[in-house]
This record gives sequence, C-alpha cells and structure tokens, in this order.
Amino acid sequence: MLRHGLDRNVTFWLLTGLAAFVLLPWYGIERGYLDMRWITGGWPFRGSGASGLFAGLERPWLLPHLVFLLLPLAAWGRLKSDPLFSATLLFAGAGGLIWLLLQGFAIGLNGFEWSWLEALFGPQDIRQFGMGYGALFTAAAFLFFLSSGLAARGVVNGDTFVVGSIGFVIAVVGIFIFFPIMKMFIAGLQTDDGSYSLSVFIAKFADRKIWSLACMTGGTRCGVAWNSLFLAVMVGLFSTLLGLVFALVVTRTGFRFGRFLRAMTLLPIITPPFVIGLAIILLFGLSGTVTTTIAGITGMQPTRWVYGFTGVFIAQLLAFTPIAFLVLIGVVEGVSPSMEEAAQTLRAGRWHTFRTVSLPLMRPGLANAFLLGFIESMADFGNPLVLSGNFDVLSTEIFFAIVGAQNDAGRAAVLAMVLLFFTLAAFYLQRFWLGKKSYTTLTGKGDSGHHPLLPKQLRYVLFAIAGVWTVFTLVVYFIIIYGSFVEVWGLKNNLTFNHYVRAFGLSWNEFGLHFSGAAWDSFWTTLQISAISAPLTAAIGLLTAYLLVRQSFAGKQAFEFTTMLSFAVPGTVIGVSYIVAFNVPPIELTGTGLILILSFIFRNMPVGVRAGVASMSQLDKSLDEASLTLGANSWQTFRKIILPLLRPAILAALVYSFVRAMTAISAVIFLVSARYDMATSYIIGRVENNDYGLAIAYSTVLIFVMFAAIGLFQLLVGRRQLGRRFDQSRTNWEAGG
Amino acid sequence: MKLKLATMALLGSMLMTTPAIADDLTLYCSADEEWCQLMARGFEEATGINVDMTRKSSGETFAQVKAEAANPKGDIWWGGTGDPHLQAAEEGLSEAYESPMRGELQPWSIKQSEASGNKTIGIYSGALGFGYNEDLLKQNNLPAPACWADLLKPEFKGHIQIANPNSSGTAYTTLATMVQLFGEDGGFDYMKKLHVNVNQYTKSGSAPIKAAAKGETTVGIVFMHDAVAQTAQGFPIKTVAPCEGTGYEIGSMSIIKGARNPENAKKFYDWALSADVQSRAVEAKSYQVPSNKNAKISPLSPDLSAIKLIDYDFAKFGSSEERKRLLKKWDDDVSTLPQ
Repeated sequence: MLRHGLDRNVTFWLLTGLAAFVLLPWYGIERGYLDMRWITGGWPFRGSGASGLFAGLERPWLLPHLVFLLLPLAAWGRLKSDPLFSATLLFAGAGGLIWLLLQGFAIGLNGFEWSWLEALFGPQDIRQFGMGYGALFTAAAFLFFLSSGLAARGVVNGDTFVVGSIGFVIAVVGIFIFFPIMKMFIAGLQTDDGSYSLSVFIAKFADRKIWSLACMTGGTRCGVAWNSLFLAVMVGLFSTLLGLVFALVVTRTGFRFGRFLRAMTLLPIITPPFVIGLAIILLFGLSGTVTTTIAGITGMQPTRWVYGFTGVFIAQLLAFTPIAFLVLIGVVEGVSPSMEEAAQTLRAGRWHTFRTVSLPLMRPGLANAFLLGFIESMADFGNPLVLSGNFDVLSTEIFFAIVGAQNDAGRAAVLAMVLLFFTLAAFYLQRFWLGKKSYTTLTGKGDSGHHPLLPKQLRYVLFAIAGVWTVFTLVVYFIIIYGSFVEVWGLKNNLTFNHYVRAFGLSWNEFGLHFSGAAWDSFWTTLQISAISAPLTAAIGLLTAYLLVRQSFAGKQAFEFTTMLSFAVPGTVIGVSYIVAFNVPPIELTGTGLILILSFIFRNMPVGVRAGVASMSQLDKSLDEASLTLGANSWQTFRKIILPLLRPAILAALVYSFVRAMTAISAVIFLVSARYDMATSYIIGRVENNDYGLAIAYSTVLIFVMFAAIGLFQLLVGRRQLGRRFDQSRTNWEAGG
Repeated sequence: MKLKLATMALLGSMLMTTPAIADDLTLYCSADEEWCQLMARGFEEATGINVDMTRKSSGETFAQVKAEAANPKGDIWWGGTGDPHLQAAEEGLSEAYESPMRGELQPWSIKQSEASGNKTIGIYSGALGFGYNEDLLKQNNLPAPACWADLLKPEFKGHIQIANPNSSGTAYTTLATMVQLFGEDGGFDYMKKLHVNVNQYTKSGSAPIKAAAKGETTVGIVFMHDAVAQTAQGFPIKTVAPCEGTGYEIGSMSIIKGARNPENAKKFYDWALSADVQSRAVEAKSYQVPSNKNAKISPLSPDLSAIKLIDYDFAKFGSSEERKRLLKKWDDDVSTLPQ
C-alpha cells in the first residue's frame, strides 16, 4: 500500500513549520509581536531576530524541534489508513509539543527554572526569553501533526478538520484561560514569604467578611459572597424578564416602532458601564436633580438612598437588559410558527398557546439570558465602583484586595474561587433546567412565517413595562449627553463645547493635521484593538459552538466547561492572572497590545459560544446530514450551510465582542501600558479626578463610534434568509440599526 | 561555515539600515493625570528622552511592579503616597540611589530616604485633615468642625465620608495617625465613634472630598491638599487642619530594580528633585508642599509650618507587619459595629 509523496495537508504544515524554524525569529521581541523591528536586528542569524535554527547554535536545546519537524517524512508514501502513518504523526506532534513546553518552562530568564535540573547539570550560564513567531508556527505545525495522527486513527470519524479544530481550541483555551488561572490560584496558596500553605488558604476562605449572614439576623452587613449572589440573582431575573418583554413587544405585538426600540435597547451596552452609574448619581444622588427636586416639593430631607444595592441594581439592569434582549430576540424569532400554528389549529387560545408552546420553546434563550445577566452582574466592576456605597460585592473586593493597601493576591484568589463557584453553579443549574428536551424548531421544512400575536391584555402589560423602561433609559441618556456640555455639573451649569475640544481637539501645524486633543492616543488604540479582537472572538466562539453542538467526542463536557470558564472569572482576576502568567518566559506579553487583544478574545469568547450554541440548537441536524450526504465534508458544511444560518449569532458575537472591548474596564486596568492605553482606563482616570465633563464627553463620543461600528457590522454580515414572510413583524436587523 | 555566516550577517546588517537606539524612559506615575502629563512632557522637552507614561494609583502601581518583578517593564515610579514606595523598598523591588540633589532637600525627604536604605525619596508632602461642603453644612444647620473631636458629635451622623483603610493609603494614614495621636486604645476608640457617623467607606483615598465637592456628603476626611484642589476648582469646600494635630504623607519616587533604562531613570530622578520642576506643580493644580527647599510654594497650599504635625513614625507604621495588624484590628473591632 504505497502512494506517492505525503498527505497534502501534512506537507503544508511540515513546510510551514520548517520555514518558521529556519526563517522566523524564535524568541519574542521586547516591544511585542506587532513590532517589526526584528527584521533589521540581525535576522535571521543572530541577535533578537535569530530563527530557531540559528539560535539553536548557541542554545542547543532548541535543535530537537527540528528532528520532530522532519519526522513526518518517515510517513512518506504511506496511506492514511496505514498504522505507521498515524503513529509517526502522533509521535512527531506530541513529542514536539512536549519538548517545546518542557524547554520553555525549564529554562527561563535566569537559567534553569527547576532546581532538579540545576542539580543535574550544575549551574549554567544560560537564559532565554519569551517565545516569538518562530516558536508559534512551529507549535502550530506540531499541533497539526498530532491532530492529523489522531484523525488517521479514526478519532471523530477521522475528520481532520474537526480533530484539528478541537485541538486548536483546546490548545489556545489551555494557554490563555487555564494556565493563567492556575498560576493565579497557586498565588492563593502562597504565603508572604513565598512558601505554600493550605492553612493560610483555609483561613482566608473562612473569612467572616465573605460569609457573614449578620444582615439577616439584625447585624450590620452580610458577607460579600451573599451580597454578590443576591444582586446577581435579582439582576439575572429582572434583566431576563425585561429582555423578554422587549423581545415580545418587537416580534409579537404588531408594534410599529420596533426599529426605534431595537436601537434604544442597544444603547446601554455601548456605554462604558460606569457612565450609567455616574448618570444615576447625577439624577438620584444626595445632590442629584431628581432628589433635590422631590425634596424641594415635599420638603423631605434628601438622603443617600441610591448608594448601595438599589443603585447598583438599577444601573446593572439598565446595562444588562439589552444583552438579555439580544440573546432572546434571536430565540423568540427563531421559534417556528408552525408549532404555534399547530397549537392554534388544535383550538388552543392565544394565551394558552403562548404559555404552553411558545414560552417553553424559548427556554434555552431564557436560561441563557439569565445566565448572562447573572454572570455579568457578578463580574461587573464599573457600577459597583461608583454606586455600591457600603454594599460590598465580590468583584470590587477582588480588585481592592489586589491594588489596595492590603495588597493580598491570595485573598483575591480566594474571592475569585467563591465567584467561580457561584457562576459555575448557575451554569449547571441552567443545564439541569433545560434537561435533554428538544428545542429544535428551525428545520428545512416550510411554514407560514407568521408569528401569532399575543393576547390583548398581555400586550398592554408589555407595552406599559417597555414604555416606562424606555422613558427611564431615555432620561438617563439625556443626562449623559447633556452632562457632556455642562461646564462643571452643579457648579457652573452653563453649556460649553470645552470638554470635546479638550478631548478631541484638532489643529493645523507645519506637519499638517495635528491631533492635539488629550483623548486621541487612547482612542486610536482602543479602536484598533477592538477591531482586531472582535472578528477573532466571533470566529473562535462560533467554531467552538459548532464543535459543541454538532460533534460528539470524548471529553466534550470538560471541553464545554473549559470554554465557559473565562466568562465566569471576573475581568479583574483575568487581568491579574495574565500579568502573573505572561510576564515571564515562555510566553511574554505584558506591555504589548497583543495581551489586550488576547484578554478580550478569551473573555468574550463564551458569548460567541453561547450565541452560537443557542442558535445552532435550533438548526435541525438533518440540514447538515443532507449536506454531508450530498458529498460535502464537514468544513464545507460548516461554511456553506451552518454559517449563513448563524448570521444572527455571528452578528451578536461581533457586536458584543467589539463593544465589550471598547467598554471593558476590569481586566483592562491591569493590562494597559504606556504605549497601549485604552479609552476606559483613561476615562476612569478622569472620573477619579472629578473631571466628569471630559469623562462623559469622551464616553459620548465612544457611544456614537460604537453605533457606527454596529451599523457597519450589520452591513458586512447581512441577515439570514429564512424564507419566511416578514410582512407581519416588519422588523429586522437592518431596520434595527 | 562560520565565516560564511558571519559574512552574510555582515552583509545583512549593511543592507538594512540600523535603527537608531531608542532613548526611552518608562514612567509609572501615581499622582494626578495632569501633574503626570506635566512631568512626562516636561522631561521630554528638557532632555529629548522619549517618555512612556502610565498613570495608576500607588496601590495599583505597586501591584504591577510586584507582578513584573521578574521582568520589569518600568524604569521609574514617581508620585503617590510613601507607604507603597517603602513597601517596594522593603521587598527589594526598587534600586538604591543617592542623588546629587540631596543637599537641596527638606529634612523629611531625606528621612524618608534613609528609612528605606536610599531606595525611595520624598518629592512632596501633605498633611492629613478634612474638608467640608459649606452649602451642605448650612443646609443641615451643622456647626463648623475644627478638630478631630468635632467629627464625633452626634449631629454629624451620616455626614462624614472616609476611605476604607484596607483599600486606601490615605485612610490607613488616618488610622495610624489616630493611633499615634491618642494611643492605640484611644485611637481605636476614636475610629469606633467615627464609624457611627460615617455614611460610606469609599475605596479610593481622595473620593470623600470629591463627593463633598459634588454635594454627595458633607465632610470628607482626606489629605488637605486634595481638599484645597477642590476649592481651587471653585467648589464650596473649606479645608480644616485639625486642632489636635495631624499626620502626614510623603509622596515618593523610586527607581525600579532591573530597570531597562537605568541611566535615564537617574536623569529623571535628579531632574524631578530640582527646584524649578517642583515649582511647576501648581500648574497642574497640585498643592502639595515640595521637597526642594528652594521650590516655590503655592499660596493655596496648606502651610505645613502652621499645622501641628505629629512625629509620624514611617518606619513602624509603614511596615507590612504593623499595617496588617492594625487593619485586622480595624476589620474585627470597628467595621463590624452597627452604624
């Protein structure tokens, strides 16, 4: 059983790996991956640009990589079904990866990292830096060898694309989620003098400040864990309810202003979170407009009622209801009218149909919306920062455990574990509730395309709730925009363009246009980093969703758990764990723009995954099967059948990750550097300085930029064509922008 | 073979233009944004060295410097209260340096330096006190407070804001000041009585006076220069130097150990200690007292010589051990009390 040459894909990766090893700089560059100065720095023979091969002359431990790279040649002329083919590739891939990791961790900046190596070889004058492009592509080649070997063994029906994708997702999730979090948790066990102790950990865990239930029994306050849990459950419940109300109003009431409502509900997510908090203070604070007006009319003593649970709850509800809406709208729209028609044909009333057919079919959406609201609330940092008063929550406690005067990374890690426990518990409860029922309603079969209207009374209730909330949101946004023109709020109430000029001033000088405003630097950086990370996030999220919904493989549960993990970890912890993990070789990223991009990708990836999973579980598997039966492979099926039907999910993932990258603060505040400062960290600095004018003006500009970006994404992604008639509910994504 | 490689390398380097060696300085700044910008741009103008500046609070910067210890990214850390600088010195995160400018400095600045083994130095100083919103005080018919003891009066219940000493260096300085002023029992007794009147423990140290400026609380316990800065911005804030005496902070500067541009860091260090540079703080609306004896002091700055300053023991109360002990005691004995 001989054939000429080598498998085409294997050849491609063999050549890529070789080229990377011989030509690309093996080590990272001081100024980060995006800096191209290595081309002039002695590349590829010496200095910082030396490739793996030439660096290997000085650092012999790099040379074995070459052996593993060339090893697949041993499978020359063998067929995929030949056991030697798979064995060779498995050995080359696994061996190469293991060697790469071993040498990377064993030899660091100051020689051997592991003391037994030093004992074995004696102290050596060797050191190495973080890995660069060469190492990256070499590792990619090894990974492909490994997955090709596995596929040749018949894993997942021998589908190279699927095995390769699984391998890729596992590798990146392992490096950018698991590894930093492990490092962070190890820090939780560490005592002040650097040794490890379980008793210190237990003492930190059992802290009264975390678990006290004093508020239930008439004491002063409860532990942060209970505070966070209570807040998150309330926010999850109410944001899901409100999101459902809006989704129903738009799709099932014949409501004419759906376009307007959709645009409105988008507003809060494209707002830097703490800005809503600020607006709420300007409205309801002790000297807030509403508070003083009411006090003036009724003669009551104004109070600080808004600081604490109430304020954070209102702000988070404003911020997260639209996320619930975005999740639910796809699901509510996706519920096939044929089920509802069937129910009505069987003489069920509108109310009965809604309650027993439509609502249960929305379960995956409801559960996802609740989960998102719950986790978002748990991880939210901006609003509690400005509004929580004495109502401490986990996310801010973690932040101040690290940056505060106490400076206790161990305590932060313990608090993060509590947070993780809650969010994962919610995750499992959600799965339990959804059970194993089928929610498939989007099949290849035709239907009328008409969603039935809701019963009249229910419609009026929905209109009332949506109306009140809409007016409230409008007031909050009016305050934000108005506030950006007020010179000094509450002191000099005259209107001025001053803040905009200070932030985004332009001037002409001898070199032409000069961006003289203070905000330009961080603005361009933010735009660039968000634009890079959004499509990458959507891509990896949807790929993962596809693997989860459509493929079955051993360890799928664990795989799903891992991909959701980063969402359950608050940004604060991601930020610190990234610094701890990626400041030293083998992966050195701190101070670069790349670390920001990576943190966004892996923090927002679960949203892509959830959106993809929710949409994909509505797509009947018979669609894939039809495609596969007609001879397409899994990659073609994914691209031609599933992707186009997933447009709403793609759009949701793109919009969400772009917006989150522009408005995120908790992880960012640790990862920004002099060269890569982000808008939010700049704005927080202005807020700290009581310079609300510039902060709000900058935020207003960000809001408009994000609006434009969302419109652009819609144009680029387009809308899925379901072949249904939309004359009744004439609202869609294009119209929504 | 080796020769061939060498020729090729030589050829390569001749063909490609060698980049100019970048003259850079990475500055971690823990003062106000405006002051930080002034320092960064000022140094660039004075020396032509390109400055990359990141502004973060002193606690955040300390966390960052500590996290980056194995592979430092920053060169110099300028500004922010002295305790984290002392802590960094204690943990070996900063480099010792004796500047030729030391002769021009105030004794408290030199004392700070000596306490750390010359690893940090005082660049400005500010006394602790409080400020109140005059409008709110009038509205609530409250007597103007002049002493620490006035803040304990029952009519001030719900009117006072102070930061949480766990998260703020300012509030920890307050706690340490009370312990030094009234003794440990007396100091904690004071904090317990104050607790009853506090409406919120903020996270950041200067937040209370900013809240007072915006009318969200009546009294804020902060460093006096922070209160003065609000007055200078036009807010109805009155600054008080407490009659019993008070503690103070020394804003500091440290060279980060393992800095990538140590020479430039030293240049910045000397430059930042000069009288001319320190006189410019007012331009950035900062009213701390500069450490250079010849620097001009703003007329708005609190006059340190007119304030009763305690003999603050930076070595003792700056050590992590004493800090942890006091904070734990505050957590256990004060924060749990009903308000």
